[in-house]
Amino acid sequence: MIPYYARFNKVLTIMSLSTDDVKKVARLARLAMSETEVEAAHSQLSGIFDLIAEMQAVDTTGIEPMSHAQNVTQRLREDMVTEGNQRELFQSVAPQVEAGLYLVPQVIE
Amino acid sequence: MFESSLKQLGAALRAKKISSVELTQLYLDRIAQLNPRLNAYITVNPEISLAQAKAADMRLAGGNTEALTGIPVAQKDIFCAKDWLTTCGSRMLHNFVSPYDAHVISQFNNAGAINLGKTNMDEFAMGSSNETSHYGPVKNPWDQARVPGGSSGGTAAAVAARLCAAATGTDTGGSIRQPAALCGISGLKPTYGVCSRYGMIAFASSLDQAGPMGRSAEDLALLLNTMAGFDERDSTSLRRDKEDYARDLDKPLNGLRIGLPKEFFAEGLGSDVAQSVEAAIAEYRKLGATVVEISLPNTRLSIPVYYVLAPAEASSNLSRFDGVRYGYRAPEYSDLADMYEQSRAQGFGEEVKRRIMIGTYVLSHGYYDAYYLQAQKIRRLIAQDFTEAFRQCDVIMGPTSPSTAFKLGEKGDDPVQMYLSDIYTIAVNLAGLPGMSIPCGFGANDMPVGLQIIGNYFDEARMLNVAHQYQLATDWHSRAPQAL
Repeated sequence: MIPYYARFNKVLTIMSLSTDDVKKVARLARLAMSETEVEAAHSQLSGIFDLIAEMQAVDTTGIEPMSHAQNVTQRLREDMVTEGNQRELFQSVAPQVEAGLYLVPQVIE
Repeated sequence: MFESSLKQLGAALRAKKISSVELTQLYLDRIAQLNPRLNAYITVNPEISLAQAKAADMRLAGGNTEALTGIPVAQKDIFCAKDWLTTCGSRMLHNFVSPYDAHVISQFNNAGAINLGKTNMDEFAMGSSNETSHYGPVKNPWDQARVPGGSSGGTAAAVAARLCAAATGTDTGGSIRQPAALCGISGLKPTYGVCSRYGMIAFASSLDQAGPMGRSAEDLALLLNTMAGFDERDSTSLRRDKEDYARDLDKPLNGLRIGLPKEFFAEGLGSDVAQSVEAAIAEYRKLGATVVEISLPNTRLSIPVYYVLAPAEASSNLSRFDGVRYGYRAPEYSDLADMYEQSRAQGFGEEVKRRIMIGTYVLSHGYYDAYYLQAQKIRRLIAQDFTEAFRQCDVIMGPTSPSTAFKLGEKGDDPVQMYLSDIYTIAVNLAGLPGMSIPCGFGANDMPVGLQIIGNYFDEARMLNVAHQYQLATDWHSRAPQAL
């Protein structure tokens, strides 16, 4: 059977980054950004993507992606409660809580 | 007292020549005197440190001691420590008093070591100069106009300036080894999975590894004995038998095969650094080692691969900072989305935001295969280079950093220049191998040079042996900055 990753081995052509891309990524990353910041980010990110582009020329046909050197599989544990309730302690560092709940701006009108 | 090894300090404490309270106070006084100049610590908390020292003294009186009982150790501010402000160098966590201990911290606590304070670092460990810290740059104790390296720059400066007996660091792409080199101290990044990542604020989880930083290989062995060990709470922690990392320190080096990667001695390496590293290799020959040239052909690719994988993992890890459960929340916002966006824009610094942007982009729809998956495949090629190399040698040596410490602000506006300076350290993280840096001389402007020693998986005891034998024959590791 062909592993999942091998079905997409065609190297994608990487388009150069536009300022609209930068704005879109900032939105996805939940980072507010002014027009000036977008401009600055655009030029710096372009430099970094030039550096990264070097990777695209490497033939990796048949190479397995690596995420852990020891090829370990994720350990599983029994679905058992191991920690006591420490809600008050953990909420003591929260910006705003009330009656044991985290407060955020109203979401539903 | 400030020049004593951990072994000597332990002996003095057990012989009641000095109490832990006295020793801790000596260091606290020295920090109060010198830290304003170096900015190596973000937080000191004499009350907690001295209470721990008092408890250690009781333990010492009872005779139930371990190697580090009563010894003041500084902790990189990336480790959550209960009741301690834990900022990770970021405004985002400027008010975060940790409700729990990282595994590494509890290991030190169980050993009876004293938490002397939290050391400065690049924000979320992203940087190679300690200039991205929200709490200001750390100054290199050898020349205060220069950087200490990063991201464990506060730790490196604190050890070099004798503001602690020893300390911890973390290394994702060189963050223990490079500052160790630039500050003239010793540092070890263990094999990935040896020290638990639980409670160590995550940057790039498949690369992050904690390790010891100190004045000698012998000290590092004692620290690693305390830090290492399986932990259920870290899903990538490795279940292995307990080992004594000091067990091989005294072995002679006859017959040791040292591999020198030709790619590490090519264009881009400073001639002053090359000279010191070559002199160190000559010393190793005198100690009975043989030298073989090896090749790590994919070294060049480690930078692009790293700057895809690390930001990708960081963008995912740092999504937890949203101004809801802990950390910084913007004072003004219009709705929930705006609260997230403003809190993150104000709470994170420029370099962190840059990496979140890179990571978000490479993981976004349509780009995953071209970037993240391709990087993970090349990562395997890089790891295979090392497997191949270790057929011909026992350890690999080379420079830790292409240059000695540069001036504050020198690489300011060009992230790419900063990234390129990690060329010799990054591949080790990608492969998950252990790596260390020990002082081996002085280069341009009398700044320290680091020798990098890379070992095979789980070969920390041998690397420490190799470093210790060099430190018995030379005295670079015991030089201290005089300019303070």
